[in-house]
Amino acid sequence: MSAPVIEVKGLKKYFPTPRGLLHAVDDVTLKIEKGSTLGVVGESGCGKSTLGRTIIHLLERTDGKIYLNGNDISDLKGKKLKAAREKMQIIFQDPYSSIDPRKTVEATICEPLKVAKKYSRQEIAKISEELMDLVGIDQRLRVSYPHELDGGRRQRVGIARALALNPDFVVCDEPVSALDVSIQAQVLNLLKDLQEKRGLTYLFVTHNLSVVRHISDQICVMYLGQVVELCPTKELFERPLHPYTKALLSAIPSTDIHHPNKPEILEGELTSPINPKPGCRFAARCKYEAAVCAEPQKQEEIAPGHFVRCCRIREIHEK
Amino acid sequence: MPEAMLERVKTQPKKKSEFLRVLKQLSYNKMAMLGLVIFVTELILVLLAPLIAPYNYTAMDTAAIREAPSLTHWFGTDDLGRDILSRILYGGRFSLTMGIFSIMISATYGAVIGSIAGYFGGRVDNVIMRLLDIIQSLPGMLLTIVISTVLGAGYLNTILALSVNGIPGQARMLRAQMMKNRGAEYVEAAQSINCSKARIIASHLFPNSFSPLIVQMTMGVANMILMASSLSFIGLGVQPPQPEWGAMLSGARQFIRSSPHMVIFPGLAIAITILALNLMGDGLRDALDPKLKK
Repeated sequence: MSAPVIEVKGLKKYFPTPRGLLHAVDDVTLKIEKGSTLGVVGESGCGKSTLGRTIIHLLERTDGKIYLNGNDISDLKGKKLKAAREKMQIIFQDPYSSIDPRKTVEATICEPLKVAKKYSRQEIAKISEELMDLVGIDQRLRVSYPHELDGGRRQRVGIARALALNPDFVVCDEPVSALDVSIQAQVLNLLKDLQEKRGLTYLFVTHNLSVVRHISDQICVMYLGQVVELCPTKELFERPLHPYTKALLSAIPSTDIHHPNKPEILEGELTSPINPKPGCRFAARCKYEAAVCAEPQKQEEIAPGHFVRCCRIREIHEK
Repeated sequence: MPEAMLERVKTQPKKKSEFLRVLKQLSYNKMAMLGLVIFVTELILVLLAPLIAPYNYTAMDTAAIREAPSLTHWFGTDDLGRDILSRILYGGRFSLTMGIFSIMISATYGAVIGSIAGYFGGRVDNVIMRLLDIIQSLPGMLLTIVISTVLGAGYLNTILALSVNGIPGQARMLRAQMMKNRGAEYVEAAQSINCSKARIIASHLFPNSFSPLIVQMTMGVANMILMASSLSFIGLGVQPPQPEWGAMLSGARQFIRSSPHMVIFPGLAIAITILALNLMGDGLRDALDPKLKK
């Protein structure tokens, strides 16, 4: 079996703040196989976006290892980092701010190709034309400015820019949450098509559970910078194990009027991510909290391919 | 198939030049066009001064000292009997060019310094800004006086002195804009596609940051003209008998009650220039912003 496109081991990203270290991403370990999609879900501020940005080196990691196609890229600098970055791209959340307002569609899409300095002008023109066809932007919009386009088209420009260098791995940082619902589906389907056509591997960050269910092969649930549960999509929705995942899934509104689901209401507030205690971060809101939860938690493989970070998981499920 | 594609590339709509686009935008704004017309007319008039000035700017008419405006002297004469209209036309050559050149020099340096300080932040920013603080802690007038005294009076030295004085203001303006914009997602996007720092600054941040600078520059020209005048007044700057608007104004100060025309006409020349520049600056700011495109 070939190496996973992205493998992350014990990745940490701490931000210094006046009150202490903010643990945005703490000890994250995961793998994404070629051509698959890993969905990352969690509430606001749990470090989903930071995780994506740290993997592709937009943010400098604090600790841990990152492998791209089996090669350690954790400490790359200069030219080698640039070469690695060409294989890892990002699609941003807000297409209104992620595209330079003073550049035309053409200039935005061609820029990665120009910067790479590997292509002649004719090649750039040809590739950009293909890209526009690929993501579904009309050729007549070539010289339009971003403010002349609607959100969906802008996001397509962002996608074309990310795909220009033909990457293996793309971080999708909530790519549809800023769009109208009617356009969300179009963009999601576009992303799926592109994955098939180009064999892309996605890390799909979102807080929208329906979206993540639609697009992901695997799902990783994050809580305060840590992965609490990581397993195949189907299994997560059928058999969630971690108490936080259960609460999260129960919050999806039901469309069946005869069987409305009762959301499990979590008590208490989010623990502060600044200098957190070593124990389970969810303990303060968890109904199964016990003394052992104050110990540092490990990510355990409960079933094949099903990882959970909870020391009482077996006890809870025996009941 | 590839040939058909290339054909399509050739028939793509061409991107119009940025300059033409801005000019076209500007033409929609009537006040800005008025400003532009006034300013260009002034430039043409002062350029053609030797052809259209009715008298030589040094020619004294001893029979008509401090004479009110008449058909022979449209704007009247000054205390030495020199024709004020001619002096304004020749004086504009110094006033306008000193204002324009000094602002261009200070904006160029200010933009480079401000961009670097604003983009890198941290220690680089601290060092640069503290140096600029030193310049700014001296009163502007005093600084220009010191510099032009050291360099010696004269046209070029005055421009240099004024430029140095203008750099901190321009740098601060661009630094603030840069700091505002450097956190934008398109900057992060530029990083992710491997743009170098220089490219991010020059190609992404600067075009998004410089329009307030344009406005500040046009207002700055006005300020520079006034400063240049003040320098002429205290004997630095442009030397008599060469005419300069500010110098004419200050020279006429003592006759303001008996011969107000000596103050009014050079004053009007300065006021109209400044008004035209401000109108142009406002219009340019709108025209430079693609979001406000009609």
